[in-house]
Amino acid sequence: MSHEILESAKGVDDLVILGIPTRGVYLARRIAAAIQEIEEIDAIDTIDGQGVPCGSLDITLYRDDLRLREVRALEPTNIPPEGIDGRVVVLVDDVLYSGRTIRAALDALADVGRPAAVRLAVLVDRGHRELPIRPDFIGKNLPTSQSETVHVHLTECDDDDSVTIAQAGQ
Amino acid sequence: MIGRHLLSAQDLTSADAVRILDTAGELASVTDRSVKKLPTLRGRTVVTLFFEDSTRTRISFELAAKRLSADVINFAAKGSSLSKGESLKDTALTLEAMGADAVIIRHGASGAPYRLANAGWIQGAVINAGDGTHEHPTQALLDAYTLRNHLRSGQGDLDGARVAIVGDILHSRVARSNVALLRTLGAHVTVVAPPTLLPYGVQAWPCDVSYDIDDVLPHVDAVMMLRVQAERMAGSYFPNELEYSRRYGLDSRRMALMPSEAIVLHPGPMNRGVEISAEVADSPQAVVVEQVTNGVHVRMAVLYLLLGGRPEELDLEGADR
Repeated sequence: MSHEILESAKGVDDLVILGIPTRGVYLARRIAAAIQEIEEIDAIDTIDGQGVPCGSLDITLYRDDLRLREVRALEPTNIPPEGIDGRVVVLVDDVLYSGRTIRAALDALADVGRPAAVRLAVLVDRGHRELPIRPDFIGKNLPTSQSETVHVHLTECDDDDSVTIAQAGQ
Repeated sequence: MIGRHLLSAQDLTSADAVRILDTAGELASVTDRSVKKLPTLRGRTVVTLFFEDSTRTRISFELAAKRLSADVINFAAKGSSLSKGESLKDTALTLEAMGADAVIIRHGASGAPYRLANAGWIQGAVINAGDGTHEHPTQALLDAYTLRNHLRSGQGDLDGARVAIVGDILHSRVARSNVALLRTLGAHVTVVAPPTLLPYGVQAWPCDVSYDIDDVLPHVDAVMMLRVQAERMAGSYFPNELEYSRRYGLDSRRMALMPSEAIVLHPGPMNRGVEISAEVADSPQAVVVEQVTNGVHVRMAVLYLLLGGRPEELDLEGADR
């Protein structure tokens, strides 16, 4: 995926990678690290101390289902100090499902600045889109039924790296 | 999970309070950018119902609600039907009929917000913005937030922090809310005042009591100076302002007694030359202006946590999620 992102962005100069909390942030950091390794660039000072600008974007305040559930805790938003104006922003999330999270993320991005382009990278695309949203970079297509839930585990916050499908309620 | 209303700092558990402060911290970073508005409370109506004069609290709440895209209606006692003698109940019923989702109330009578929240007059959330000499919970929250930023790098609670609250404890709702909240967050609080300005039963409060400010100042991380509230003082609580200022005012001599990194808070408005000297008020240790900024973020957090989720009466309709 990192190779694909590099290829489409034609280099790292204008690239900003933003993860959507919680697991998207860890994935964003991994992608940034991988790109850095591929390009063999030295770490320059960014908010994460990594070469490729990498941050997080909390979308809780932009969700369309806030009133349907209990109030949610907010997650950190860290935009790289260079900002996103005129840059190519790659949004990173773990699972793409209805597309509503990404819709909220696009709204949130619009309030932060005006990127030259926004791309979407997801580890798992499980289908069942409810909005006209399509990922640019996909780790794996995972056909699922709507009664199932997909769990992504990452070593940064779980015990292992894994993707599992479970029946709802399990 | 904080409840449906915010009436008293005593109702908050440590986890609730930390959650509000954490939320305020995130909201502060979001509002640090060029587009400060968030769509979160779009379509909600927030009413500020102020029976007493106030500048910063009302404006702070109004700004907080507007930053979250709520519609704000300001309802001040002067120039409204309240000055024609309408009762709190009838006012509340009017607001309910207009569909207010939250009512932010300041009232001269202690307990008025509690009455408003529990009498069944309105469905919306009630936020206490100061009631008589009882409580002012959002002020305590913003003070705790300011203290946490300076003393604990904006993380966790205030365990072990030493805070002195100096001045008119008797009439101060800020002091009552702060003692309760800071104690809940683990801080050690000392109230300092002349005996005439301490309430009956202060020994039962979860704090130390002192009459001598010079004894206390060398051992604090922060000192909160309270305003001498001339408008609430019908009797003579001290001989004159000069004597009060000499014995309890914070000037540069007294500030030199404090540890160099200790900070000075004041809920405002300040009486320069009475409880705080101009030099102290303008010194880098004074965080009064920062408190005002933090007030907006803390009130945004309270509004978000009270109004951002599913309204309780809609439980059945939302049950398919």
